[in-house]
Amino acid sequence: MMQANGMKVWHFSEMAYHPAWPQLGESYRVIIPSRLYDPKVGADLYHRYLDEWALCDELGINIMTNEHHATATCADSVCTIPMAILARETKKVRLLALGMPIGNRNDPIRVAEEYATIDVISRGRLEMGFVKGVPFEIAPANTNPAELMERFWEAHDLILKAMQSHDGPFTWEGTHFQYRAVNVWPRPWQEPHPPVWMPVGSPGSASEAAARGITIGVLNTGWVRTPAIYEAYRKTAAEAGREMRLDKLAYMALIGVGDTREEGWRRADQILGYSRTSGIVAPQFQNPPGYVTPGINAQMLKTGGASMARATRVQTKDGTPINARTMQVEEAIDAGLVFAGTPDDVWNQLKAFYDHVGGFGHLLMMGQGGLLDHDDTVANLTMFSREILPRLTELG
Amino acid sequence: MERIEVAGISVEALIAGAGPPLLFLPGGDYVAQNRLFLDRLAQHFRVVMPRPPGFGSTERPAWFRNVGDIAYLCLDLLERLDLRDVTLVGSSFGGWLALETAVRSSSRISRLVLIDSLGLKFGTREERDIADIYALPADEVVRRTFSDPARFVPDYAALDEAELQAVARDREATALYGWKPYMHNPALVHWLHRITVPSLVLWGDKDGIVAPSYGEKLAASLPSARFEPVAGAAHYPQIEQPEAVADRITRFAQENRP
Repeated sequence: MMQANGMKVWHFSEMAYHPAWPQLGESYRVIIPSRLYDPKVGADLYHRYLDEWALCDELGINIMTNEHHATATCADSVCTIPMAILARETKKVRLLALGMPIGNRNDPIRVAEEYATIDVISRGRLEMGFVKGVPFEIAPANTNPAELMERFWEAHDLILKAMQSHDGPFTWEGTHFQYRAVNVWPRPWQEPHPPVWMPVGSPGSASEAAARGITIGVLNTGWVRTPAIYEAYRKTAAEAGREMRLDKLAYMALIGVGDTREEGWRRADQILGYSRTSGIVAPQFQNPPGYVTPGINAQMLKTGGASMARATRVQTKDGTPINARTMQVEEAIDAGLVFAGTPDDVWNQLKAFYDHVGGFGHLLMMGQGGLLDHDDTVANLTMFSREILPRLTELG
Repeated sequence: MERIEVAGISVEALIAGAGPPLLFLPGGDYVAQNRLFLDRLAQHFRVVMPRPPGFGSTERPAWFRNVGDIAYLCLDLLERLDLRDVTLVGSSFGGWLALETAVRSSSRISRLVLIDSLGLKFGTREERDIADIYALPADEVVRRTFSDPARFVPDYAALDEAELQAVARDREATALYGWKPYMHNPALVHWLHRITVPSLVLWGDKDGIVAPSYGEKLAASLPSARFEPVAGAAHYPQIEQPEAVADRITRFAQENRP
């Protein structure tokens, strides 16, 4: 096991607009009308989610935002907007945007400007995530799915060059992006640029990140699928001659902690509203042509989609598939998606998972999700900070 | 299947029959389902069906990215095979390719047949001329595509690996070339005056992907075109009524000998 430096914890919420959920049918995304969104209710929700993140500054928990589009599961459609607010409202903790869907955004220079500005306002506390984006982000962005990863890597290269160039304009005549005079102001606070993160869900994409030294956030892969992803990262990093540190690996878990096991489980059950809703998408948006390779699509044609479902399914330790839409706390704990119960329960589950996957340096804690209300979220984060955070110095 | 070297690309092509040359550009999906149609045409023509880069088993070089590239590839192909007095036939996405080819040069093309073609924008910016096959439920897309889907949609589980791979590559390539602007080139309608060869616009009267009224506008925009509905057919009349559609094309070619 690699040297432990103390695991970092990040509080993550999707800022769900859950009041609309009961009115949604077989799609929570893409095609849902915004008449179901009440801005007065939405404003209250935004402010409470921001209050919870602001509290993290006192609790020693770092902050993570993300973004999705045209959905009631995540009302954060621009991950840098809450981050810009929090860059001023907080003073100590680090700010992870995980992140910007740079294959779907038309203007990478604008992304560099947004990130650099937050980095300066926060005096160097930004961690910048670049995300491929789930397949149903293609329709709202109307970007060509067959060129997504090409655009992603070109945008990645351009943003990093823009942040590291300090001698006036340079030219970029790429395949997907063309600029005569790239000249990003402000330059970022951190040198050479804020740390780069990328969410991954497969060993293949973990290797791509490892080759470039990018920190990976692994989400919703659980006990069964996570080890191979971390192993691919470690293997490629070693082959590339990169120093392997645990802080290159992050894992997201839904966490409910309470004075009693019952209270912790109740909180986790409400946070699971995230997992139960986030995959509800009309089928035609789930796999636009080119998002996956022709080889995978050929297999899916043969099996009617079953091969894809097998590759991405949620499962318990013994491989039993779990229905994500009806998942209960006990099976989600077994699957390694949820750590819940008393502080000792959460610690024991986290430690077992940590040992099983070979260690990781960041815990992306979904401390709020679904219907978990403000008081419970504050209690959840506060108890985690008080009871569990001090024990994490021996991990990471 | 044959391979023809064009612009440094090894292009997969089906070549069948004997007679005057006919270049067929199929749609973006259901390519294998054109078999009976091609067999019938091959009784009267030397039929050439190339698979452009990204489609079938033809590799796509990274620089090859738009329908204009395919149009030049088709023109090169006509030169490479030294085909003259060609009947150019395009269906759906292949109709778009046929139009892009013919506006660039008709020197080797003597007749044009368009079957439920895509490629043009007639409506306003808030009207959808072509059904969004990527946003409609799959079963609705199939119902809009075929008058009787059960007869024409293949049993994918019964196809071999190469056939499945070709279907997956065809769909990916269609999205690659046609994603945005959606299945059309905004300027193309303004260059249709360059296509002076006799043209036949065939259209399934039950087409739910692109309506017959679109085909009538296309015919009206071409200098020398005639519009003919195909009764009872949807988006791929030549798949649903292979012999009848092939025979109409044969008659059209005979009527328009140079």
